[in-house]
Amino acid sequence: MALTLLRGMRTPVSLRSNTGLFFNVLRPRLSHFTTRAESAQATEPKAVPKSIQLATKEAAEQKTQGFEAIIGIETHVQLSTVTKAFCSCPYDYGSQPNSTICPTCMGHPGTLPVLNEKVVECAVKLGLALNCEISMTSKFDRKQYFYPDLPKGYQISQFDIPIAKKGYVDLDLPVEFGGGHRKFGITRVHMEEDAGKLLHSESGSYSQVDLNRAGVPLLEIVSEPDMRTGIEAAEYGAELQRIVRYLGVSNGNMQEGSLRCDVNVSVRPVGQSEFGTKVEIKNMNSFSEINRAIDYEISRQIMLHKEGQADQIVQETRLWDESSQKTFTMRKKEGLADYRYFPEPDLPEVVLTTDYIDEISKSMPELPEASVAHFFDSTLEHGADAKLACNWIMSDIAAYLKNEKLSIHETKLTPLELSELIASIKNGTISGKIGKEILFELIAKGGTVKGVIEEKDLVQIADPAAIEAMVDKVIADNPKQLEQYRAGKTKLQGFFAGQVMKTSKGKANPVLLNKSLERS
Amino acid sequence: MPPPLQAHRLLISHRRLPTPARRRFTAVSSLQSAPATTLAPGPATSSILSIRESLLSGERTAADITSEYLSRLRRTEPSVRSFIHVADAAAEREAEELDRRIASGEKDAVGPLAGVLVGVKDNLCTKNMPSTGGSRILDGYRPAYDATAVRRLREAGAIVVGKTNLDEFGMGSTTEGSAFQVTTNPWDDSRVPGGSSGGSASAVSARQCVVSLGSDTGGSVRQPASFCGVVGLKPTYGRVSRFGLMAYASSLDVVGCFGSSVFDTATILSVVAGHDKMDSTSSSQDVPDYTSKLVSLDLLESKPLNGLRIGIIQETLGEGVDTGVVSSIKGAASHLEQLGSVVDEVSLPSFSLGLPAYYILASSEASSNLSRYDGIRYGRQVSANDLNEIYGESRASGLGHEVKMRILMGTYALSAGYYDAYYKRAQQVRTLVKESFKNALEKYDILISPAAPSAAYKIGEKINDPLAMYAGDIMTVNVNLAGLPALVVPCGFVEGGPVGLPVGLQMIGSPFSEGSLLRVGHIFEQTLQNFSFVPPLLAER
Repeated sequence: MALTLLRGMRTPVSLRSNTGLFFNVLRPRLSHFTTRAESAQATEPKAVPKSIQLATKEAAEQKTQGFEAIIGIETHVQLSTVTKAFCSCPYDYGSQPNSTICPTCMGHPGTLPVLNEKVVECAVKLGLALNCEISMTSKFDRKQYFYPDLPKGYQISQFDIPIAKKGYVDLDLPVEFGGGHRKFGITRVHMEEDAGKLLHSESGSYSQVDLNRAGVPLLEIVSEPDMRTGIEAAEYGAELQRIVRYLGVSNGNMQEGSLRCDVNVSVRPVGQSEFGTKVEIKNMNSFSEINRAIDYEISRQIMLHKEGQADQIVQETRLWDESSQKTFTMRKKEGLADYRYFPEPDLPEVVLTTDYIDEISKSMPELPEASVAHFFDSTLEHGADAKLACNWIMSDIAAYLKNEKLSIHETKLTPLELSELIASIKNGTISGKIGKEILFELIAKGGTVKGVIEEKDLVQIADPAAIEAMVDKVIADNPKQLEQYRAGKTKLQGFFAGQVMKTSKGKANPVLLNKSLERS
Repeated sequence: MPPPLQAHRLLISHRRLPTPARRRFTAVSSLQSAPATTLAPGPATSSILSIRESLLSGERTAADITSEYLSRLRRTEPSVRSFIHVADAAAEREAEELDRRIASGEKDAVGPLAGVLVGVKDNLCTKNMPSTGGSRILDGYRPAYDATAVRRLREAGAIVVGKTNLDEFGMGSTTEGSAFQVTTNPWDDSRVPGGSSGGSASAVSARQCVVSLGSDTGGSVRQPASFCGVVGLKPTYGRVSRFGLMAYASSLDVVGCFGSSVFDTATILSVVAGHDKMDSTSSSQDVPDYTSKLVSLDLLESKPLNGLRIGIIQETLGEGVDTGVVSSIKGAASHLEQLGSVVDEVSLPSFSLGLPAYYILASSEASSNLSRYDGIRYGRQVSANDLNEIYGESRASGLGHEVKMRILMGTYALSAGYYDAYYKRAQQVRTLVKESFKNALEKYDILISPAAPSAAYKIGEKINDPLAMYAGDIMTVNVNLAGLPALVVPCGFVEGGPVGLPVGLQMIGSPFSEGSLLRVGHIFEQTLQNFSFVPPLLAER
């Protein structure tokens, strides 16, 4: 272990908050980094087949005979608010370590939390979308433990009165997994703050603390133990992701950690009423990993049961290892952790009015039907920006479907082409207005974005010289208006812009056009 | 919010009033007479007003005033030791800057607290000035920001002269719990100044600064005010922002004010009070000019407190309370009666429950609030081999005995299986205490009691007997549990020390009634004859 202790900053930290330094602490001797080998791997099922999804499904079917798995999920969703939950620092994933911090989110003496009201708004939105009861009065509590990424020594969270509770999600399982409708209960949704991150040095002699993430708002969604298979759990997670994206409360990105699922799995003989010992699994970075991790864990536990070693199933946290397709012991739980929750005295109760809730309820986009939801998902899979895709689907496309009384699959639009369309607008090939034209073309007749653009010659004119030429022409053609404009009737700039748009059939890049007009 | 200058003149001219005007109010003769000091007995006058007057008239410069206070500070500090940090050079610089601005005729140069030297309790953050909370664990720590109360004082023109001593993080009643030094009582250097804001009280008492800020979680402003013979105000919970106050017990902590007169105390409250968006528990109630109702003696009617209903809390005058203190308070009560008020005894049945409830709640919150002092980001960090050792060693060597004891008590009270029996029960008691004050304050405008069961005791006397020290807080903790405002005004003396030891009268009011407490306190102070609360230390030359 290290001899010296580095610490990046001592005094007025916020004064140099952009230096990108770390706070260094010694690397803790945490058992979970070193105890992989000791997990009970001897009883692994021999083959992890190549087509894992299918195989685990089969395996699950064969092996679950006589047993049933109980699965519950805790999901942390990081909110995409402009500022953190209790201070006015921004949060940008991937920014330089310790560059978005202040005395408050660093837990300096004398600082106090001030609740970002957007967090409440997001929580109410999600609560409503999950069919929850919203608590008209809820409060914050302190969850206390020591860890270097937790600046205050406690996390501001909600304990006994969460902002939303007793909800459910409805979903349809994909046909390839047997289909069927499922309804999973939501125990609660509560607001809390995220912790920072520890980065361990390669030598292992010290660790560094990055507090950028400390204080970022989270919603924790706790499900009822209603799921029975990996695919159910994965679909539940995917549904939550869709919902938070539709609501615009989070980008739901699992790789960036904006959506994190901790899964609790236990098995019991069919017919037994009490639950078996539950095991927590972490570290899944996609829904397919969730699916596989759970099915693996179910088989592991059933195997232990069958071999009469059920006592080897202990309360512990296991990590999913994608490369070996197995779960490994991260840490055994020694009794129940005592977080010494008590009401946060620095924050008043959160009291909502029915008007407030109604207002939010009205502002919420209608949640899509399953078919539209899948369309949305696959649009994102083609790389589309979630917010833009949501806007297109929920406004123009939804309106079209409603008018024409069609379902999205009955149109000729494909997710790939919608993502192309969004990309073309984003990169400036076409304007938003022309984008709409193309959209309706695609819905009605099909084809590709490129094809329609070429066919109709709709590429935006983004060549300044070409625009300049058009502007000159319009000015020359309208000497009267030019005179008035020069005399001070500046509103006429709009007139000239309109004329240019007319000549260009709407293809002139409006930004360049206005610039050019201002120069002329 | 400076009052109109006309009113200032009236107040300053108290002493020039013809005697008959004052004779209407005679002090209770049974009280021990005032110590014989060189300063003539008479009602306290406002130092802030006289500073303001001399700056406006050009009679004195800010530099003159600053050097007067600093030289007194240098003379008395070796025995009093009020300050952990003295910012004398900065104070001189700021005073010169102020003089330059006045000389150049700059408008607004003379703010409401222009040239007023303030002492700030060291658990209040001051930008780029050490702020230790009296703890080794923050030795060398300099905050990046000013506490809101400090910022508001500075914006009003005040000059921060230094950081005053305290019991570590406010936990104690003697200031002996400071990690750095022991402060003495200006009335007797073998005695404690009280605590935890002992440094702020002794600094004002020894006139090392004009006014000071303290904090009051269970009596930490009122008890030292009583011990040191100065005015101390604990405002309503939420009246002054806690932003920048190192949290001890967040639901009880209040930033409070010390002055050598009620007028000065009211003046700084007017400046520091008010909503702060950085503190969600601060109140958005309007802040009045607390000095505007303070009428000078010659304008008072013969019975200025006519119609005022005062309840004297029975439970505070019984067993365990020093007889000298009891007679001082009774004397004060009859003085208040002479001024026209009606004084009755009132019983607060839950009074004795407050002390244990307070120690559970305050310790519970402290155990959480002090978790941030972990040696990771700032403050003392001990080099160690693993994480637990860093935490353990940094806290073991950085935190003092009393603080560790309270962290342990609080951790215990919040632990699974004990929470209901301790923390929850204490919260229930808190509700009872609130109720019983509420009922009493429906019948009475003001409740009075001693601020402490005794006058200042000897240094070391209770250091090994924490329960005796805790018991001394009986007069004050209930007020924090109920979140009420309370004003302590010196009202008499008991035997002890070279010239006697001051005793303070505590006046408790309904939430946000600071204005009327200060008005009554001011009348009481102005009409109290034959006492001078200037400590002998200042006459020793």
